[in-house]
Amino acid sequence: MDIPKNIFYTKDHEWARIDGKTAYIGITDYAQSSLGDITFVELPKIGEELKQSKYCATVESVKAASEVYAPLSGKVTSINTQLAAHPELINQSAYEKGYFFSLQISNEAEKANLMDASAYQRYVEGLAK
Amino acid sequence: MKLIFEKHKEGRRGFSYGDCDVGKAKPLAEKYCRKRQAHLACLSELDVIRHYTNLSRLNYSVDTNFYPLGSCTMKYNPKFCEQIASLDGFSQLHPLLPQLSGGGMLAQGSLEVLYESEKLLCEITGMSAFTMQPLAGAHGELTGVMLIAAYHKNKGSRRKYVIVPDSSHGTNPSSAAIAGYEVVVIPTGSDGYMDLVEYKKHLTEELAAVMLTCPDTLGIFNPRIKEIADLAHACGALMYYDGANLNAMLGKCRPGDIGFDVMHINLHKTFATPHGGGGPGAGPVGVNEKLIEFLPISRVIRRADGTFALDYHQPKSIGYIAPFYGNFGVILKAYAYILHLGREGLIKAAEIAVLNANYCQAKLKKYYDLPFNKTCMHECVFSASRQAKNGVHALDIAKYLIDRGFHPPTIYFPLIVKEALMIEPTETESKETIDAFIEAMIEIARLAEENPSAVTAAPLRMPIKRLDEVRAARQPDLNWKPLALFPD
Repeated sequence: MDIPKNIFYTKDHEWARIDGKTAYIGITDYAQSSLGDITFVELPKIGEELKQSKYCATVESVKAASEVYAPLSGKVTSINTQLAAHPELINQSAYEKGYFFSLQISNEAEKANLMDASAYQRYVEGLAK
Repeated sequence: MKLIFEKHKEGRRGFSYGDCDVGKAKPLAEKYCRKRQAHLACLSELDVIRHYTNLSRLNYSVDTNFYPLGSCTMKYNPKFCEQIASLDGFSQLHPLLPQLSGGGMLAQGSLEVLYESEKLLCEITGMSAFTMQPLAGAHGELTGVMLIAAYHKNKGSRRKYVIVPDSSHGTNPSSAAIAGYEVVVIPTGSDGYMDLVEYKKHLTEELAAVMLTCPDTLGIFNPRIKEIADLAHACGALMYYDGANLNAMLGKCRPGDIGFDVMHINLHKTFATPHGGGGPGAGPVGVNEKLIEFLPISRVIRRADGTFALDYHQPKSIGYIAPFYGNFGVILKAYAYILHLGREGLIKAAEIAVLNANYCQAKLKKYYDLPFNKTCMHECVFSASRQAKNGVHALDIAKYLIDRGFHPPTIYFPLIVKEALMIEPTETESKETIDAFIEAMIEIARLAEENPSAVTAAPLRMPIKRLDEVRAARQPDLNWKPLALFPD
């Protein structure tokens, strides 16, 4: 299971890479492998205001359709337009090419609600039991 | 197999007409004429008969084989129900008749069926009144949530949230959302029941309702329903019962007695009217006294002289939710089924449904992981995690079962179980059939250890081999282009 350091995680298996005021958002390697082959992604619109742990996107695989929740609050500044034609990028590269969107962080304090890589690692191991 | 259009032979006909003794009509104005020939296949009668007969032989149905599709209750539908539904007195009746002046007296039998069906469902569920109109389970849910919204609105109370446990049917949160509520999902605890600590955190003045599927999609009956209902009622919320799994409870426990205010029943599951393939369903909604005045119109009433009529005068009603009176033929089949089985028969049906599911669970738990190991109700949920370690996933097991002549169980649902296999044998299956299924499942477990590729290659004996489901979803090819066969 690939769990990169220096990025933050949620219990619902989203990740956030924080770069100054901007955060890049996606779903984790664990999430993509549990979902199986992803066939469709519905992303938020640029300019949309997202709230932490509230719905922000939908991801559909051959197994199920799942909601994705925003790891942090903020305004969507860009979306990964590649995903519309190539949702498989999420399976192939969950943390890089398969990112969902970026947002402008509106409340830095919310970072405290996220897990770091080692905490997420322990959390995922707990789920396997 | 070729498409019927590919069997086209120019000039071939299925019927020969005699000479026409009517003079030629004037041709249509050009603007009404098509620019090119219609793409209709020319075939003989025998070509057509063979084509469709052969197609029908590829069908899989509960009339041909076992169908253990969890949470769908695909039981056998007795044919006498079909006979009754096809009686001329019912099938030839025009649905507008009861709304015409004096027409109601010509439709008394059908109105009585609707009226009596309501009464029977009230008796079975402990509810005070039913509307038979919703056309399917999810339609019933939406109607039910709209009734809840009407109830709160009538009280002048503004409520925002609907609670749904994560072991409920997926339609529950969507019905609540479509009706305008925000959905709060409560996780399942390690004991298989809704997490009550988490539940209590959301009991506020803004809670409109709690929707429970019962037994839930793990096939488990929550013994703390009364407590959950009392807590919801204490904060002014209503309790919604998703009756999709009512098959397990017939005559054993009535939703109305354990604190539910509104519920739907899937007649096409519990009361043996065919379903699947998008065919007509029926999702009657039952309510207790609190909600009667909001039920959709029309309501079937019995006059003092014993005749039946439609009543449209319901000022607080949520209005029309369906044309006419619901899927009448489906209601009629369910009515016939209930009368035929009677009280004792329905109780026995529930008992055997539960017994069959527990038999499957007991026989298979040595071979498959059982995430919630307790007595189940009408269905049991295994996990193929053990097999997945060898590369045999729930999907592969499903495909292999097709080769063995069984419809696969529900897979990857409920979402809270990894590699879920959700098996619902129903009461209509014999021990021999269930044993044959169990034997196939044991064989798969053995192959997963010894020869996983034998399972992952399946199906091999079907007209269509393993589909590329990813490609089908990512690059669907939905157009058949007939132009090559039919040049303009």
